Amino acid sequence: MTPSPPSPAPAPVSPASPATARTSPPAAPRGLSPAQTAARHRERRVLAVLALLAVAAVAGFCLIGLTGDWEYALGLRTRKIATMIVVGTAVACSSVLFQTVTGNRVLTPGVMGFDQLFVLIQTLIVFLFGALTLSSADPRLLFAGQVAAMVLFAGALYRLLFGRGGRDLYVLVLAGVVFGTLFGSLSSLASRLINPNDFVVLQDSLFAGFNQVDPDLLALSALLVAAAAVWTARLAPRLDVVALGRDHALNLGVHHARVVNRVLVVVAVLVSVSTALVGPVTFLGLLVASLARQLTGTFRHGTVLPAAALLAVTVLVGGQLVLERVFTMDTALSVIINFAGGVYFIALLIRESRR
Amino acid sequence: MIEIKDVTKRYGETVVLDGVSLTIAPGGVTSVIGANDAGKSTLLSVVSRLVPADGGTVTVDGMDVATTPGDRLARRLAVLRQDNHLSVRLTVRELVAFGRFPHSGGRLTAADRDLVEEAIDHFELGDLADRHLDQPSGGQWQRAHVAMVLCQDTDYVLLDEPLNNLDMRHSAQMMRRLRRMADDYGKTVVMVVHDVNFASCHSDTIVAMKDGSVVAQGTTVEMMTPEVLNAVYDLDIDVHEIGGHRIGVYFS
Ligand SMILES: Nc1ncnc2c1ncn2[C@@H]1O[C@H](COP(=O)(O)OP(=O)(O)O)[C@@H](O)[C@H]1O
Ligand SMILES: [Mg+2]
Repeated sequence: MTPSPPSPAPAPVSPASPATARTSPPAAPRGLSPAQTAARHRERRVLAVLALLAVAAVAGFCLIGLTGDWEYALGLRTRKIATMIVVGTAVACSSVLFQTVTGNRVLTPGVMGFDQLFVLIQTLIVFLFGALTLSSADPRLLFAGQVAAMVLFAGALYRLLFGRGGRDLYVLVLAGVVFGTLFGSLSSLASRLINPNDFVVLQDSLFAGFNQVDPDLLALSALLVAAAAVWTARLAPRLDVVALGRDHALNLGVHHARVVNRVLVVVAVLVSVSTALVGPVTFLGLLVASLARQLTGTFRHGTVLPAAALLAVTVLVGGQLVLERVFTMDTALSVIINFAGGVYFIALLIRESRR
Repeated sequence: MIEIKDVTKRYGETVVLDGVSLTIAPGGVTSVIGANDAGKSTLLSVVSRLVPADGGTVTVDGMDVATTPGDRLARRLAVLRQDNHLSVRLTVRELVAFGRFPHSGGRLTAADRDLVEEAIDHFELGDLADRHLDQPSGGQWQRAHVAMVLCQDTDYVLLDEPLNNLDMRHSAQMMRRLRRMADDYGKTVVMVVHDVNFASCHSDTIVAMKDGSVVAQGTTVEMMTPEVLNAVYDLDIDVHEIGGHRIGVYFS
């Protein structure tokens, strides 16, 4: 190490600058200013409220209207809730991470057609191998194959869309819409070409909804999401730096390309998990990522990621609760989420265009 | 010491840096001047490993910037580019505090905070330090970015047009600060400066670039002559001695 001078701190500030008497408490925690400490406290309160809401939604979903063979019903509901927690966490984390590495607050994997890409991969695998071979295969092995293909193709799609410097937001949105539609059309074309028996099997796996999720698949998904969450939590400070953009990140000593590549793999896995479990939920991620930043008032991943995940769980479980128990409707939740999310997406686009 | 050897950079057919070789001695303030598109920003970006060179090498105190781990380099050299667009919403204080990341990771110590507060005070950012700035004025943002880079407390500080968007008072203040970094703390400051008179008044060495090459290099006295400036800018510039500084006059 070179003898680096003590640093400019102790030097007297030039006399021109006003004598701002610093009113710092003697033992400020971890080098934060009073205002920052207050902000952190606020963030923690918001997180606590969101956690309470999520717990309330989960408890309500489990217990409200529990009659008759309650043990059986509770088992069913627990599995449904586990699915929603896994899916909500996956969607929230993948969206926040995607926005960080692409440097914008409007695009998410859902908006860019990533979940449609996974549906296409699922369909093509049935198309190529036939449902019979697949039904005899281990569903976890099959899922692993789908995820591997997804990591590969999602990486290629990302390079195609975001490689080589910055691109106009509207071009990207348009590209996302085009790719999403293209993948969707290709999937439906392929599903028309496969034989009817295979189609039924495919249909089952594509539109599982929250009800009939395979327990093995759910356990594997939960494991993957938990691993992704731990990995992301450890990376959080570096993700904060990456959010400043490539140049700042490199200057501050963060290996930008390496972090981005790893984050993209994690995003592809998370999108696979949520899409495999319940199909595309295009606008949920956008909604909770934006809301999480707004409510917590920060961009720091240590706060935004859990906030977004809690919001997603609350929206999914709470929404399902209200729909099933209050309006006694079924399977309409994704429609409502996409409607609300779509309106919000358009509002965001309009706001960005005014900047 | 920064040693630049035979560095070339191309974008497609355009040669932006054409075999640049240059040595910047430790300590002091070096200004890089030249017309638009001369390659000044590209050179600074290559030196600070933000842009990979197509050929040649750059070493900082013997460390090859292309191969040295980024975090190690980040404790020795800091850089601020010309345009800094942020897509996240954060406060000035948060931005400035990021300068401490190479030293502390995500967790600031009390000593880090003192550095951050001093920089905020110095650049007169105290009033808006805790506000979320969606649309800060260009000058405020520029000062906050420079404050961040100075908080990095590195031996080498590279700045691309640090006076961007600054009014006269803040420009002078910025230059005095950079001067003090070199004089009192032994830092090596390298900056791209648009205004040749700022370069003249505040730097020890001037490097002139033209069409991707270094065309002249020397002390301020050597460089601030009508002949040199004419060759660099293709413009007739009178040089007058005012208050002990050489001032180029090119307004007529
Ligand atoms: N990313 C890039 N892609 C293509 N051309 C570039 C890129 N960056 C810089 N250039 C070109 O390189 C030349 C030098 O640019 P630059 O180093 O920014 O000059 P200066 O800072 O001296 O004005 C310009 O002609 C510019 O158009
Ligand atoms: Mg430039």
